[in-house]
Amino acid sequence: MTWSEMQPLLEQACWDTLYMVGWSTLIAVVGGLPLGVLLVLTDRGGLLQNVLANKVIGQIVNVARSMPFIILMVALMSFTRWVTGTTIGREAAIVPLAIGAIPFFARLVETAVREVDGGLVEAVQSMGGNTWTVVRKVLVPESLPSLIASTTTTIVALIGYSAMAGTVGAGGLGDIAIRYGYQRFETELMWLTVAVLAVVISLIQFAGDYAARSLHRRGGRSGAAPKLRLLKASTATSKSA
Amino acid sequence: MRRALDSDGNPVITTSGLTKVYRSRGREVTALDGVDLHVREGEVYGVIGQSGAGKSSLIRCVNLLERPTAGTVTVAGQDLTALAGRGPRAGKELRQARSRIGMVFQHFNLLSSRTVQDNVELPLEILGKSGKERSRKALELLDLVGLSDKAKAYPAQLSGGQKQRVGIARALAGDPKVLLSDEATSALDPETTRSILQLLRDLNRQLGLTVLLITHEMDVVKSICDSAALMEQGRIVESGTVSELLATPGSELAAALFPVDGEATGDDRTVVDVTFQGEAATQPVISQLSRTYNIDISILGAAIDTVGGLQVGRMRIELPGRYEDNVVPIGFLREQGLQIDVVNEPLLVKEGAK
Repeated sequence: MTWSEMQPLLEQACWDTLYMVGWSTLIAVVGGLPLGVLLVLTDRGGLLQNVLANKVIGQIVNVARSMPFIILMVALMSFTRWVTGTTIGREAAIVPLAIGAIPFFARLVETAVREVDGGLVEAVQSMGGNTWTVVRKVLVPESLPSLIASTTTTIVALIGYSAMAGTVGAGGLGDIAIRYGYQRFETELMWLTVAVLAVVISLIQFAGDYAARSLHRRGGRSGAAPKLRLLKASTATSKSA
Repeated sequence: MRRALDSDGNPVITTSGLTKVYRSRGREVTALDGVDLHVREGEVYGVIGQSGAGKSSLIRCVNLLERPTAGTVTVAGQDLTALAGRGPRAGKELRQARSRIGMVFQHFNLLSSRTVQDNVELPLEILGKSGKERSRKALELLDLVGLSDKAKAYPAQLSGGQKQRVGIARALAGDPKVLLSDEATSALDPETTRSILQLLRDLNRQLGLTVLLITHEMDVVKSICDSAALMEQGRIVESGTVSELLATPGSELAAALFPVDGEATGDDRTVVDVTFQGEAATQPVISQLSRTYNIDISILGAAIDTVGGLQVGRMRIELPGRYEDNVVPIGFLREQGLQIDVVNEPLLVKEGAK
């Protein structure tokens, strides 16, 4: 294959991947953030302590999170059809991607929010703040650097998931790699796909780290910033996939 | 247990029968065991005790961050325990009451994501004040605590003392009548501790702010408190104004506030602690005693200090002979209006002497 043949293929696949990942990240953040915060609040000693609710949410999150994505995707097929009217294509892939990412992100949010010093919560309570104030003024803003890092991790994980979605007709870079690299032995295109993925993931990770760090810096005494975590995050991705 | 309440000054914080029992895994720990506390308007009241004595539970029960198991808390005439309701969450009325009680913390508890000014504005945001009003008030308070140049800094860029000043400014944002200080100086070095205590003292005088503080440092009580209480195992074992405490024979708190050392040189000696306050300090009592009874007095230790704004002297003297031989000279000292504690007084006599 020549470059002029490969270029439009790659370009389209790249946009497809970003489209799927972008929307599913958005949904994962919108759904996972309140879920993660709720996991902290309902826990024993939390502001909305409710052991039963905590157990139920925690269990749902655990099961959904440990489900292999490819199985989740197949299992959700009828739901996907109900939502989007189809089970193939970019839009259809967003449904299982988002549903798979919500519990993933929720757990990361939970960890991030738990790190917030309980003294800050107490301080806001002593000023007469209610639970919603605590969430809005303390829990979310104080854990924001971690939340951004969690979002980055989620995006990178979703790129991994989206490649799997590609194998069942969602398009994107995963689809290219399978159809051309695996089925047609177009080694060059496959390596190009790998390169593009590496660049995309690196850029996202870099941007995420930069954002988290610049938020963190105003909190840190000097430039003591978390190190770039390109390698760590990509190994985490391969594990989660 | 003695009650520290004289006629002048209305109690602004009152707890009665305050009890807090923690239950965890079937075990019960009593942190507060029927605490009656009376803090009068405009005073600085220190609660001192070792860690685990329950002082932290006590101060957190005052604004109901901790729900008492039994007993009542009244702040500025409002029964907070009645506002609390049954559920673990604070209702609107309790939250409003809390916003009128300032609180400063040992570890400052400033939001690292906000600037100094925004931290001070936080309580005002909760009170629903407008942006203009918030920043005016915040800058005014930062000026009051001497940090107007740090308004745009982040807490991480400040020293411990500066952070606590921000904490104090924030606590004052809601114009509270009462300030609760939870070991506010325990994380600070001695120098900074002094300056923060000075600030609290100034605020107490300038704004007529009532301060309830808990601490494990006797120096804190010594330097700024008008009244103090000693806590042990969830109970208040002694309390009163500093001068009342110093005038109380055998007061542990007085002895700790103002220690004098010195051991008896032999068995047949009587060791006596003499405490002078105000007028009595000017009388030459020791030489009078010596001349009147023709006895040799040796001074084992002595100190003069200012405790809670009061000039106090304490001296440990030794008289020859056992207690029985010295009843008359000791009586003479008591007649002079001095406070006398016989250190090696036999138990049997002690009962009678009182």
